[in-house]
Amino acid sequence: MVGSLQRLRSHLPGSLAGTSQLRDVHPITVELRAALSEDRVRDDGAHRSLMSHDASVFDGGNSGPVCYPVSADEVAAIMKIAERHRRAVVPRGAGTGLAGGAIPLGAEPIVVAVTKMNRVLDIDEGNEIAWVEPGVINLDLTNHLKPMGFHFAPDPSSQQVCTIGGNVANNSGGPHCLAYGVTNAHIVALEVVTPSGEILELGGLDAEPLGLDLRGVFVGSEGTLGITTKVAVKLTRNRPAVRTLLLSFSSVRDAANTVSGVIAAGVVPAAMEVMDQPITVAVENYVHAGYPTDAAAVLLAEVDGLDDGVDIDAERIRSIGLENHATDVRLAADDSERALLWKGRKTAFGAIAQIAPDYYLHDTVVPRSALADVLEEIYAIADRNDVLIMNVFHAGDGNLHPLIIFDGRQPGVLDRVHQAGAEIITASLDAGGVLSGEHGIGVEKQKFMERMFTADDLDHQNRVRQSFDPGCRSNPGKVMPMGHSCADIQALRAVPRDVWG
Amino acid sequence: MAGDHDTAAATLVSHDPVLADFAAEVGSDGPVGIEGGRTRWLEGGVLDPDARLVRAPVGIVDYVPEEMIVTVRAGTPVADVHAALAERGQRSALPERGGTVGGAVAVGQNDVSVLGRGTVRSAVLQVRYVSAEGRVVNGGGPTVKNVTGFDLPRLMVGSLGTLGFLAEVILRTNPMPAVSTWYRADDVDPFAAHRQVLAPSAVLYDGTTTSILLEGHGVDVDHQAAALQQVGAFVQCDQPVVPEGHRWSLAPAELARLDRHETSDFVALIGVGTVFADKPQPSRSLSAGVQIIHDRMKSNFDPTGRLNPGRNPGAPR
Repeated sequence: MVGSLQRLRSHLPGSLAGTSQLRDVHPITVELRAALSEDRVRDDGAHRSLMSHDASVFDGGNSGPVCYPVSADEVAAIMKIAERHRRAVVPRGAGTGLAGGAIPLGAEPIVVAVTKMNRVLDIDEGNEIAWVEPGVINLDLTNHLKPMGFHFAPDPSSQQVCTIGGNVANNSGGPHCLAYGVTNAHIVALEVVTPSGEILELGGLDAEPLGLDLRGVFVGSEGTLGITTKVAVKLTRNRPAVRTLLLSFSSVRDAANTVSGVIAAGVVPAAMEVMDQPITVAVENYVHAGYPTDAAAVLLAEVDGLDDGVDIDAERIRSIGLENHATDVRLAADDSERALLWKGRKTAFGAIAQIAPDYYLHDTVVPRSALADVLEEIYAIADRNDVLIMNVFHAGDGNLHPLIIFDGRQPGVLDRVHQAGAEIITASLDAGGVLSGEHGIGVEKQKFMERMFTADDLDHQNRVRQSFDPGCRSNPGKVMPMGHSCADIQALRAVPRDVWG
Repeated sequence: MAGDHDTAAATLVSHDPVLADFAAEVGSDGPVGIEGGRTRWLEGGVLDPDARLVRAPVGIVDYVPEEMIVTVRAGTPVADVHAALAERGQRSALPERGGTVGGAVAVGQNDVSVLGRGTVRSAVLQVRYVSAEGRVVNGGGPTVKNVTGFDLPRLMVGSLGTLGFLAEVILRTNPMPAVSTWYRADDVDPFAAHRQVLAPSAVLYDGTTTSILLEGHGVDVDHQAAALQQVGAFVQCDQPVVPEGHRWSLAPAELARLDRHETSDFVALIGVGTVFADKPQPSRSLSAGVQIIHDRMKSNFDPTGRLNPGRNPGAPR
């Protein structure tokens, strides 16, 4: 997924965004090439420059050598070389993250891209799991499992390109996580390489693995605890019956109230997605799925299970929608209509290119019952800051994705974009919400962590980090606000000899 | 940078006198143990007899059925929480077997019907616990979806109170199914029965009898029960009794190789891997590398080893 059509200038401190150039063949590169191979360790300027970005709006510093390992042993070798040279490492999947989690910070860290570790190793139907490498693309896995009657439940909008390793790092979600849960619920075991180069298996295939749930804390740690090299994902059985409804409303509030009403009625659909009018119009112009362009908001609701049950649930959603003044309720007639509706929803971010060249996609979560009020506040924030905001979101779990659309060539617009983003975060927290539902903290929301957590809370989060990575060399400068992770600061400031010599 | 909002966040915890009192009781010095319903009192080792005992606060703080969340003090009996949820047609993943909410989360064992109710580890959205330093610490958040920072709730589930003493949790709740019915048949292949139905809430096998819990809309349950007839002569039955005793943790596929000589009498959860047996599970232990992370975690969270001394979630069993 394209995250931004033009990079915004990051608000990172300049001292952390390394600016030097590597020599032609640095001693670290020589060692890395000996451990991997000549062609899988790149240190040309173009390659390293490519790695200074991910799909977020943030600019990283220069990366050091870029490694493409093909095994856990190679990742372990990289970690040991990095440790010897006191160099940080930045794990990377497809680079689709929107919070800056994969950008290099500090003194030219070694980038470890797992994209060549992309094999589905074993489908173990007896244990209802698959062992996969971290570079496997999310949708490729689901397509691979389809003939066997299974899928991988987390389905982020970037699923055509994002990797399972990235899903693990970010505890990714997606529209269908409402009923099935986010990535953490679908990871049974992990093989990881710690920052000191140890290869460990966390969790296990057994029902209740012994010990602390280290697998649970590793998932969503944004690459700060080590690098995933093998993943046992749970196989979810495909449901024989699916019903997809498209409900139209003359106000966003009615759509939001319908979502709350459905959950309150004891129905937990597989997905409930809302799009407001501007984004619906953009999507319809883009995919021609038959979305109503005159509705103030549309709700895409999907139930799955067995034939009779899904009919009952679909009827309940329809009647709750009508009670909340739905102007139209449409049931997708067949698989192709359903696929088209979902294509519209999942390509929403691409569709906005016809409106303005740039966007900034936000991600917060609020209690479902606060959705309507927070959305009204978001529209007011847009007016106040003179920016256009469209809303497409996982309404079922209160996960907002306000999309700030702008033309970066306009003078001063970036300040207004950032101001609007900060106000959205504040509005979400004030409503009893949280900073992120899917994208993670990365560098984007570090400075907001103190609004949600006390110093004691952050201190304990840091203890988790320190338990895996006492030297703070795995993806330093991410997640924790700077003042709460002194070792991170040291890691970022450490200037290897021979680099800035 | 923190400004007013940092103060606001701190206020959430420190101005709750119940939590503050509990933190003061736990204190910051000397060995201390936490006591719930004592239903799993020997899990992970014997508590050091020198440890002073404390109990977590009790009560349901807030229950919002339409948000599918309940905020509850850790000392509250699970039965009380489930009774309150049932009044609004909901339930949680916590096991229905007595004990307190804090105990159930700290032990982390799932209900027999885990396939239907979900796991305890996925149900805990937010934890508030008292640290070894006697401070109230908050992890996670009140929404069903949240990836803000490191996942302290996951760490607390199954940690046996060795990293902090749970004071309050927010649990995800789920709607109670319209129908819950058990079916049983003798001498059928339990794995075939498990495959025959979509998402059963439990499949139990004791070497002779296979018992299946079907939940959902009545008409779906009826159709699934009819489909089961292709595997064996399943008849409706009461909820089977699952023996207390030793709790094994196997991979689901390993159940096909269960040897009654090893287990003596047993009840196995097909599709899960849990086995309730007369005999203890052959010893299992952490790998050396995982043990190092474990030890660091314990010493980082509880440098003097004062919390629940004698207990260890990673102890060989």
